[in-house]
Amino acid sequence: MSWDIVIGIETHVQLTTQTKIFSGAPTSFGMPANENACLVSLAYPGTLPVLNKEAVKKAIKFGLAVNADIAEHSVFARKNYFYPDLPKGYQISQFELPVVNNGFLTIGDNKKIRILRAHLEEDAGKSVHGILNNQTGIDLNRAGTPLLEIVTEPDMNSAQEAIAYAKKLHNLVQWIGVCDGNMQEGSFRCDVNVSVKPSGSDKLGTRREIKNLNSFRNMEQAINFEVNWQIEQLEDGNEIVQSTVLFNPDNGETRAMRSKEEANDYRYFPDPDLLPLKITQEDIDDIRLTLGQLPEESIKKLVEDFKLNDADASIITTNKQTYEFFQSLISEGLDPKITANWIVVNLFAKLNDNELSINQSPINKDQFVLLIRRIMDKTISNNAAKKIFDLLWDDPKVDVDQSIESLGLKQVSDASAILPLVQEVIAHNQAMVEQFKSGKDKAFNALVGQVMKLSKGKANPGQVSELLKGELDKV
Amino acid sequence: MALTDKDIKKLSHLAKINIDSKDEEIILSKLDGIIKLIDSMQKVNTDNIDPMSHALDITQPLREDVVTEKNQKNDFLELGPESNDDYFIVPRVVE
Repeated sequence: MSWDIVIGIETHVQLTTQTKIFSGAPTSFGMPANENACLVSLAYPGTLPVLNKEAVKKAIKFGLAVNADIAEHSVFARKNYFYPDLPKGYQISQFELPVVNNGFLTIGDNKKIRILRAHLEEDAGKSVHGILNNQTGIDLNRAGTPLLEIVTEPDMNSAQEAIAYAKKLHNLVQWIGVCDGNMQEGSFRCDVNVSVKPSGSDKLGTRREIKNLNSFRNMEQAINFEVNWQIEQLEDGNEIVQSTVLFNPDNGETRAMRSKEEANDYRYFPDPDLLPLKITQEDIDDIRLTLGQLPEESIKKLVEDFKLNDADASIITTNKQTYEFFQSLISEGLDPKITANWIVVNLFAKLNDNELSINQSPINKDQFVLLIRRIMDKTISNNAAKKIFDLLWDDPKVDVDQSIESLGLKQVSDASAILPLVQEVIAHNQAMVEQFKSGKDKAFNALVGQVMKLSKGKANPGQVSELLKGELDKV
Repeated sequence: MALTDKDIKKLSHLAKINIDSKDEEIILSKLDGIIKLIDSMQKVNTDNIDPMSHALDITQPLREDVVTEKNQKNDFLELGPESNDDYFIVPRVVE
């Protein structure tokens, strides 16, 4: 029997604000425990939440970036549950009337992933277990940090599609400056709803929700494990029980966290402490002006303006830093195709090998520009440039021109220097010359190789081919 | 819709409130009264009336994103029933 996989994703995106969503306490990460706590996050009687303007603006900005409707009127609600890191006994969230509705992102070959809604809410604090025997410590620094929870329709049908969506969303929220995207610090966390159904069936299967995935690698592993587990259960005649599961990165397995008898009953109701949020068309228009060029448009521009291929353009728009780095190189007058190739092939290979982001690249930009310029003016070959790039990676103080000299990498493009080599190779390789004359194209490449070897790799290969052709015609 | 003592048990569990079995009946009849009130309100014709989400007909004022709160960690921790140098201490909670 074959099965369809159905996946929906809820992402908690931490909005980059200076202060919490309902109080003026700072949101700085990594502070000693409870230094960012405040009377509101401690739920002291008599305190009232006051909504942060910047959090609202960033929610609207996100909505615009995914072509969503921005609600003119939205409402905050209390989600009631008890946990020590939530002193009020409820989380302020949005329920019936969220701020963002009906958007979408496209992945892969133009597949639309619908975004049902995105709502504003506050984060909870942190519980630190095992401080002393049988005790838990509570740190309320994170309590009240603004979150935007972005909920898709169950539109993804494989782990690959889920990852593609999550990566696209991760890039977008950073690109438009609403989230720092730091997954280790929990600024971008995904809950993935997975179910399976017999191929072609209209009826959705029972889903299980994998909580708090904080890396794409974990997400992929977790989904694959979960899908196989569910299919196995169903094929063995068991039923799937709706539940929340945790992923264990150590063994790559998912396991149920809460059982059905404790099915959550959050008893949402409108929070009387907060008035309805009104957003005017004018507010929306103002924020639209700050949106700038989005990743999709940037890909189009790279293809149209610089004739890059789609694959390279997609890689260069992986994140805004790479796109801006590329633009800054082009503004120095570098050739777009050579530059794109160097970023996509050489720079990204090094960054990936060393698990670095482009912000952490040790490459000195001025020397990188010079290196590409030396390829463009044919001083060095692409291969020689790779040797210098390796040096630049290890030591940002390396001088490109000096290294070309000291390593003797200068390419010989001078016809008067190459011609004698060409003639020598023709004279000593009569057999190959005859093969070429009898129509074997491969023999030509072999002859070019001989000349390159004789020049100790320094001859400009293009020049060699041209001169060789001319000389062979005379034979 | 009439409530049963099962509903009272569920609600008291969710609200983390202990209810003595002798009080259960009183609470049940009071809550039932509220439900009946809502039932009769449901009969009012509300066609073409927008749902109200707040008693006041005004909208949410917004706060500038500026830090106004100072670190008062030590005072806060002292006010807690139990704490160490860094954390509020509660009985061990594990999922």
